[in-house]
Amino acid sequence: MNPASAAPAPLGDAAFALVFALLLVSPLAVAGVALINTGLGRSRSAAQALLGNLAIVAVAAIVFAPIGAGIAGTLAGGSSAGISFFAAGKPWNWLGSGPFLLRNLPSFPLHDQLALLFEFPAVAMCALIPWGSGTDRWRLIAGSAAAAVIAAFAFPLVGHWIWAGGWLGQLGVNFGLGQGFVDPGGAASVHVLGGLCALAVVWTVGPRKGKFPKEGLSTAIPGHHSPYVLFGCFVSLVGWLAWNAAGAVIWLHAPLAALPATAISTLLCGSGALAATFAVTRIRFGKPDASLCGNGWLAGLVASSACAALITPQEAMFVGVTVGIVTPLLVELFELALSIDDPSGAVAVHAVAGLWGIFAAGLFAPQAGQLLAQLVGIAALLGVALPLVYFLFALLNLVVPFRVDPDGERIGMDLHELGGGAYPEFVVHRDESYR
Amino acid sequence: MRYAGLLVMPAGFILCIAALILFPAPATRTAFVLCGLAVEALGLGVATRGAVRR
Repeated sequence: MNPASAAPAPLGDAAFALVFALLLVSPLAVAGVALINTGLGRSRSAAQALLGNLAIVAVAAIVFAPIGAGIAGTLAGGSSAGISFFAAGKPWNWLGSGPFLLRNLPSFPLHDQLALLFEFPAVAMCALIPWGSGTDRWRLIAGSAAAAVIAAFAFPLVGHWIWAGGWLGQLGVNFGLGQGFVDPGGAASVHVLGGLCALAVVWTVGPRKGKFPKEGLSTAIPGHHSPYVLFGCFVSLVGWLAWNAAGAVIWLHAPLAALPATAISTLLCGSGALAATFAVTRIRFGKPDASLCGNGWLAGLVASSACAALITPQEAMFVGVTVGIVTPLLVELFELALSIDDPSGAVAVHAVAGLWGIFAAGLFAPQAGQLLAQLVGIAALLGVALPLVYFLFALLNLVVPFRVDPDGERIGMDLHELGGGAYPEFVVHRDESYR
Repeated sequence: MRYAGLLVMPAGFILCIAALILFPAPATRTAFVLCGLAVEALGLGVATRGAVRR
């Protein structure tokens, strides 16, 4: 099933109103991930974690509006605008050239304005994902600075390639690869990019103290609030349903009649993933693991971002079950074998699940060459985005040190950075992680 | 080692781009894109290996 039409029709008033309403609901996905990030951290850092989530959303919006939106080029009017070079007689549009500071915003077509509105929660989500991976040791000011770098450059660059007439989106026109790289829900430019940023942060900031002792297995540091995590999953679902439906209309020009199937595929993707993770953790540990089930649910939703508007509900179920099986195993592998201390599991949940969703969108596509277009997109994300953000973060770390000092990590980020705890009536517990 | 791995990854990407430009035939193009992805996976493996604590 492919609801995309070749030429975008102008949006009618009803379609505009519907997509606008969906986009106003979509920040619930961001709120859900913020709750999950907070719940998977320690109680001594909970207020700093949630404030950080909010601060990152604010910084991302403030920076994206005057700088990032211009580089993304969403308002520039498609493939003809942007900075291009020619190779093999084909244009390669690498960078957008939209109006800076959002000048003359109301004068642009309604479709472009909605596309820009779509990108605001998208950039917030992208910048938010690494925050969960650096929890308990990443300074608030450094997290905000990293969000500014993501919103000003990394997200707009990838977003332009895919959504605003960039070279990835034009692979179909220029090289006959299906419709070109498709990503209606932001799996690539939001989740894979955010997940790769999370990996770069984990490498830059290092593991939490006591996580990997010199002898024995790594120390388990469980999240402090499973209800936050699971409620975050509920909240995310609402946002994701709206986001995927809005993305299908904006980026694929899908008719409104295709939206129920998109929503059903989104739900089935998440549901299949949760059921699979539930079963895997039940078999693996004897009882289902609440945190990992939350991760599995979220991974299913992430995978749906790439393909929910392009595949049938049956295929969506397959995509969800697959990612639900793999996610808990990857979380364990990353921690035990690769020393990746990622409290929120963002590398597995956002980067790997997003890559699988992108691949699945090509795998089930009826057009010849679509899978190759998706593979080229994956290559661009891994080959350009990860080294780019790692080097940017390494430079930023020299200016704004990412890691809190040892005393701050000992007493907790709440007391160190905010001067008060999130749960002042809690009895301080034994510090079991230091050995 | 981490930096070496991260420098290998763009090489894989360039291989994918070269495949698009140089090979119009779908089979050859696909094979070279897969080779590019394999190079990227190698670079990612080296970079990750450089971060392992034990």
